[in-house]
Amino acid sequence: MVTLKCPICGGNVEVEDNALPGEIIEHECGAQLEVFNDNGRLSLRLAETVGEDWGE
Amino acid sequence: MIIGLTYDIIRWEEKSIIEEANKLGHKITPIFTKDFYFSSDEYQLATMDVVLQRNTSHARAFSTSTILEGLEYKVINDARTLVNCENKLVTMSLLSKHKIPIPKTAVAFSKEKALEVAGKIGYPTIIKPVEGSWGRMVAKADNDDYLRSYMEYQDYTTLPLRNIYFIQEFVKKPDRDIRIFVIGDEVPVGIYRTNTKNWRTNTALGAVAEPLKIDEELQDLAIKVKDIIGGFFLGIDVFEDPERGYLVDEVNGVPEFKNTVRVNKFNVSEYLIKKVEEWIRK
Repeated sequence: MVTLKCPICGGNVEVEDNALPGEIIEHECGAQLEVFNDNGRLSLRLAETVGEDWGE
Repeated sequence: MIIGLTYDIIRWEEKSIIEEANKLGHKITPIFTKDFYFSSDEYQLATMDVVLQRNTSHARAFSTSTILEGLEYKVINDARTLVNCENKLVTMSLLSKHKIPIPKTAVAFSKEKALEVAGKIGYPTIIKPVEGSWGRMVAKADNDDYLRSYMEYQDYTTLPLRNIYFIQEFVKKPDRDIRIFVIGDEVPVGIYRTNTKNWRTNTALGAVAEPLKIDEELQDLAIKVKDIIGGFFLGIDVFEDPERGYLVDEVNGVPEFKNTVRVNKFNVSEYLIKKVEEWIRK
C-alpha cells in the first residue's frame, strides 16, 4: 500500500501499490477521488462528475 | 497476445478484463485516456495485437477508437460501430432499413412536427435524447402538454443534439426488458432486467437482473443486429411486445456486464478474451 494525500481534506488515503490511473476512491471525508499519474508517481485528484455522455 | 485497454475509469468490468487476461497468460497494456495524446508529428505506442475500447464517455470512446484505428490497431469496438450504437437516430435508421423489428420511432426537428407525429404514434409516447445513456432524460409523455414540456427541458440542456426530438411509442412490455450480449459471432449470455417500480428498466435505475435463457429467435435476432451495426462485443436491449414479439430498443457499443456475470455465473471477460484470441489468430 502507498499513502497519498487527499487533495480536498489533506488526510491520508491508502492506495494499493498496483493501482491504475483512473481508479476511483471514496475517501472518508466524502470526496470521490481519481488516481492519476503525476510525473511517474501515483497521486490523487478530485474525480470528474458523471458526464452527460457517460454510460451505456 | 498483447491487449490494449483504453479506458477513462476503472469499473468492475475493466478490473475483470485485466484479471482474466492475466489468468489466460496475456499481457494487458492499459491506456488511460487522460494520459494519452495524439500528435500527427510524433506518435509511438506499444505493440498491441488488439485494443479493447472501454471508455465510459462516448466522446472519449469514439475519439480513441478513431485515433487507434488510424494507427492501424484493431479496436473492439471500432469507431463506426460506436457511432451506430451511441446515436439512436443512426441505430434506428439502420435497423429499420434492414427490417429489424423496433418500436415505432419518429424523429422531428421542430416541436410542431414532434407533436404532430407523436399524435400519430399515439400517447403515451417516449422522448429520449438522440445520444444519451443510463436512461437519463428518457421520459414518458401522456399527452401533448407533457411532451411540449419535455421538449422545452431538452432545449435548455447542453446536449449536442438537443434540437432533435426523438420520439418512440411506449411499448406495453412486462415490467422488464432483455439484455443480450453478442461476443464475436456468438450470443452466449443475457439477462432480464426487471423493475416493478419504474417503467425504465436500466439497471443503472434500479432494475434487478435475472438470468435469461436465450431462445433461437432471440439468438438469430442478435446476430442480425450485429451484422447490421458492426462490432465484436455488443449489448443489445430488447423489448417483449405482447403482440409483435421481440423489438430491438438499443444497442450498446461499450456494454457493462457486472450484473450479467453475477446472476448467470458466466465469465464474460474470459469468454470475450478467448473469442478475441480466436479472431486475432484467424
